[in-house]
This record gives sequence, C-alpha cells and structure tokens, in this order.
Amino acid sequence: MKKKTGIGTWIGFVLILVWCLLPVAWIVSLSFKSVEETSTGSPQFLPKDPTGENYSAILDNGDFTRALLNSFGISLIATLLSVIFATLAAYAIARLEFKGKRLVLSMALAIAMFPVVSLVGPLFDMWRTFGLFDTWPGLIIPYMTFTLPLAIWTLSAFFREIPWEMEQAAQVDGATSWQAFRKVIVPLAAPGVFTAAILTFFFAWNEFVLAISLTSTTASRTVPAQMSFFVGPDPFNPPYSQLATASVIVTIPVIVIVLLFQRKIVAGLTSGAVKG
Amino acid sequence: MAAIDIKNIVKKYGDGFPAVNDVSIDIQDGEFMILVGPSGCGKSTLLRMIVGLEDITSGDMMIGDKRVNDLAPRDRNLAMVFQNYALYPHLSVYENIAFPLRLAGASDDEVDKKVRNASKTLELDEHLDRKPGNLSGGQRQRVAMGRAIVRDADAFLFDEPLSNLDAKLRGQMRTEISRLQKRLGITTVYVTHDQTEAMTLGDRVAVLKRGVLQQLATPRELYTNPGNLFVAGFIGSPPMNFVPAEVDGTTVKMPFGTVEIPRDKAERAQGKGLLIAGIRPEHFNDATVVDEDKRAGHTFRANVDVVEWLGNEAYAYIPFEAPPEVQKQLSDLEHELDGDQMRTQLVVSLDGASRIAEGDEAEIWVDATKIHLFDPSTGENLTVDESRAGRIPEREDPNAKKQAEKMADEGEEIHSSEEV
Repeated sequence: MKKKTGIGTWIGFVLILVWCLLPVAWIVSLSFKSVEETSTGSPQFLPKDPTGENYSAILDNGDFTRALLNSFGISLIATLLSVIFATLAAYAIARLEFKGKRLVLSMALAIAMFPVVSLVGPLFDMWRTFGLFDTWPGLIIPYMTFTLPLAIWTLSAFFREIPWEMEQAAQVDGATSWQAFRKVIVPLAAPGVFTAAILTFFFAWNEFVLAISLTSTTASRTVPAQMSFFVGPDPFNPPYSQLATASVIVTIPVIVIVLLFQRKIVAGLTSGAVKG
Repeated sequence: MAAIDIKNIVKKYGDGFPAVNDVSIDIQDGEFMILVGPSGCGKSTLLRMIVGLEDITSGDMMIGDKRVNDLAPRDRNLAMVFQNYALYPHLSVYENIAFPLRLAGASDDEVDKKVRNASKTLELDEHLDRKPGNLSGGQRQRVAMGRAIVRDADAFLFDEPLSNLDAKLRGQMRTEISRLQKRLGITTVYVTHDQTEAMTLGDRVAVLKRGVLQQLATPRELYTNPGNLFVAGFIGSPPMNFVPAEVDGTTVKMPFGTVEIPRDKAERAQGKGLLIAGIRPEHFNDATVVDEDKRAGHTFRANVDVVEWLGNEAYAYIPFEAPPEVQKQLSDLEHELDGDQMRTQLVVSLDGASRIAEGDEAEIWVDATKIHLFDPSTGENLTVDESRAGRIPEREDPNAKKQAEKMADEGEEIHSSEEV
C-alpha cells in the first residue's frame, strides 16, 4: 500500500535541503561576485553584477592548475592502489581461515582510528630522510594507508555476502582460483569495489593536514593546501570570491564522480545468483 | 564418460566429526545413481568429495581408472548442478552456459554451436539474452543444467537440484532430468533427501544414515527387500508400519491379532523373542473387498480412528499399544527418519471402494506373505531375500559395518558434547 507523502515530510525535506545546500549556494553565488563587491562588504545574497572573471583568473593561475593536476593524479593513483590491495586483502579475509585474521582486522581498524595529525611529525622527518618529501608518492602512500582499513572492511563485508557456491561452481566449471576470483567474484562485488573507490577518492581529494605538511612547492601540493595560499595583498581582507571560485572548481569533480558511479552502487546485483 | 568407484571413503571434519564412514559405492558407466538419506547423513559431503570440493580423509576415489583424491575440481572433468543453482548473475544465460567452454579456451564458433545446442535441448532459446535474475525457478534450474551438459564431462553430479522448486515443477523437472540422462547416457550421481525422487530416477539407490551405507540396490529391491529397519522406514510413502510381533511356529502374534506367515520366513525368525514386524500400508485391505479364499486366517478386527479418502484409495489409521522395549526402538527410528510421530498407529491403505468410516470396527485383511520381520536390537531384516536385495553392507562384512556405526556414534558424542 502506498501512502501519499505527507505535508510534514515535505517541510522536513525543504528544511534539510536548505540546511545542507545553503552554504553551497552561498559559495556559488560568491564565486560570481567581483572582488570589489566582496571586499567592500555587501550583504545581499545574489551578486549585484554577475561576472565570470574569477573563473578566468583562477584558471589562468598556473599554481592553481598545477595543484589541480596534483590533486587528480595523487587521488586517482591512491584510490587505484588502495582498491586493488583492499580487494585482495578483503577476499582473503572473507574466504580463508588463517592465523592472525582477527589481528589483521583489528590492526586495520586501529589504523583507521589513529588521528592523522599525530603522524604528521614522524612522517615529515621520515619523508625528508627518504627523499619523499614534496613528491607524489609522499602523499600517495599515507593516503593509501589511511583509506585501506575502511576499504578492507567494506569489501570483506561484500565478499561475505557472495555465496561460496559461486566460486565452487566456477572451479567445477574448470576455473583456477584466480580465474574464479577475477571472472566471478570481482564482478559480483563491483558495488562494493565502487563504494570503496569513491570513499577513498573523497578522502584523498579533500585531505588537508598531510597535504600542507608534507609539501613545500607546487610540485606536489594539492588543491586544498594550495587554497590556503590564496591570501591576496591584504591579510585582513582575503579574496573571498576567488576562494569561493576555487571551492566550486574542486567540488565539481566530486559531484561528477558521484553521479557517474551512483548507478553502480546499487545493491541487488547479486539477485538471481541463487534462489533467494 | 566414465565409471566412478568410491572405495572405503572416510571423511572426518576438523573437529573430529565423521561425516562419511567407510562408504564404498561402485557407479557403473552410464548409470543413474542416487544417494539418499535424511538430513546430515553425509550424502552431500560424499558428492562434494567426488567433485573435489571437499578433502577426502581416507579411501580411494576412482574416476575411470584414475585416482582423483588429490586432483583439483577443475582437473576432474565433472559437471555439477548445485542446490541453489549458483548461476553467475552478472552474465547472460548465454554466457552462463558458455562459461565452462570459455574457460577451456574454445573458439567462438564452437562455443556458439554448443551453447545453441544445449539451449535447444533445454528449451532456453528465447531466454539466452536474459540475466538469471529475471528467470523463474524452473528456468534457472534449466540454465544450471545447460552449464553442465555443454561440456563433455565424464559425469553429472546433482546436489538436491529440485528442492527449491514447487511440487508441480518438481515433478516436471524430474521427468526432464530422467529423459536427459537416458538420452545422453552419461554417468550421473544425484543427491536427494526425497525418497520419491530416489525411487523414480535411479537405476540404483544408495541409502545412507549417519555417514554409513545402509543398502545399495535398485528401487524395486529396496522397496520389496529392505535390509534393515531404517531402509524399510525410509523408502515408501506412507511409510511401512512397524508393530511388535512374536513368532510361534508359523503364526505371528501382533497387537491386533494373529496371522499365518509362510514357513521359510517363520523359520528364520524362530526363537528370537520379541520382534518388529514391518507391513506396508498397501498390504492391508478392507476384508470385504478381498476374495473369499485369500481371506482365511489373515484378517483381524480393529477400531478405525481416522480415514483419509483420496478417491482411488483411502488411508485408515488404527492406533495400537506397543510394549515399552519396542516402543523405544520405534521412537529412535522415527527420530532417525526426521519424523515426529507421537503415537504408535497402523496406516492401512484401503481400496477406494471401501465403505469403512471413522469410528467403525472394521475387518482388515493383511497379506501375510509380504510381512518383514526385524530384529529389534540390531534392526536387521530377518526375512530379507538376499538374492533380490542388492548390496547390504552388514551382510557382506558385519564387522566393518559395526566399526563404521561405532565411528558414527563417536561423532554424535562430539556434537552432543559441544551442545552442552
């Protein structure tokens, strides 16, 4: 039986939407205001005189585009590696009985619980010694480490849901363990893989503390870190409209990725595998 | 195609629980072999050992002339249909059927030819592009079978393939499987807990209990010459009636009356004290519909408790009292058969024309030549016709059978101690 959505539900929807989207709308609105308009202090919500000059200025800014490239590269590589390792590890955890399985899982959880800030000092020293300071791998490695636990937990939950019979059927059909994993299990766990990938990507994309501490030049500085350098000539009057523009630009890829992958993150892909 | 020879197979799980105890079954080339038994009797474990999904603790598994104990499933060239079908949900029906061929590296032409062939046999042509999720239970079942027949496997293995289907479809698929097997003439091992499937499909049936082989015979032999109480109770529906009996000369005294039995049967049961007589429901009848000359000496009067009339026949229920020493044996047997019968009663199959009604005192005739007599302490059938009973392990080698039963007892101790 279907009930019409009540008026109260709609009021709730609107309230939540306003609560969530007002800051976003505010940033978008700010990004279309001229520098003068923001610095002179104008209280109106919509720009008086909409202009695209912030966008052209920021895309002409070599430091920013370089940071954007760093962000993309570092986040994508970290995501890819993290998902590959997590898939293999999670499969082993879900399917095999081995000594220290609990230890691996609780260690992974412990890493996830560790505050990132507490590692900044030691990492800074280590990376300087190893020559990883201010390089892509210098950020990729810690990002991978911090996202692996979540990815492993998510994926092993997905793998556990896949009935054992799937692999057994594949093995009887003539597959090696590796073929059964690649041709049957991974496609079935695709929603889990995509979920893990998106979470990892977001973490790497938005991360600030490590990005600012382990980099010194635009050789590897990512956008969140680079944005803190947008101070403008007057320290008491930061270029709000430009900061807002940069924020809008870094948000776009995230939205695009979510829209692309949300179809993949549907549960129920396994329906029809077995009588259920 | 190949014969499968199971020699003294034992399976012990990690916790020491013996799932299969010293089972030997020879499956001929092209034979349809059924493994049947109540839940937990080790039939699925045995099947999984044949296919290689379960390690073998000891014994030899021979396929053709090759010992396959240590081969991986993919090297055994067997095809299996799983209980829940285990179709690949991300692949279309076509690709599901093609999966084993693609793994074997067959060319696209060959794959196409074989898949279309299999889909034609199983009438799946119009579903080839669909995903398993959009198919009905019966269609999924057929896809699973398609995946099996598309390969030139040495044997088919079925693990309770019909248990997820509704009754009508089950009947149809049963005929379908039987027809397919006859046509392909391929060695088949079929696991089921349903004695109807076992009786209708199998060339031969292996009855298992607690991981021990009870009897290996054709369906007809099992039905007419069960080797022990368990097989007698398991095969047949409604099940065989068990009543306490005492043999004196050629007469058998049962709670409801005394009947004459043939001399050779009576001799074998002489001097054994209290026995259990087994009589199938259809070997009773309403005395009024039986010919006069057959009737003499083989009738008794009893109060009919309940009558279930089915048209072509009717089942009448007649309660009786059993002495405690037999009572215990009967309730143990009931437990082993996964049953839950509270009272001791006779189930009597009457002719459809019979007018016996509930609450009547009726005259019932019993076909005394078909009575089996069982030793209550061992469960052994004393009146079995060995030449027509297939293989009964305890007759071949009573010690080996006892040993196997002992192992099964120990296994039960392991499990019951865990529950505490």
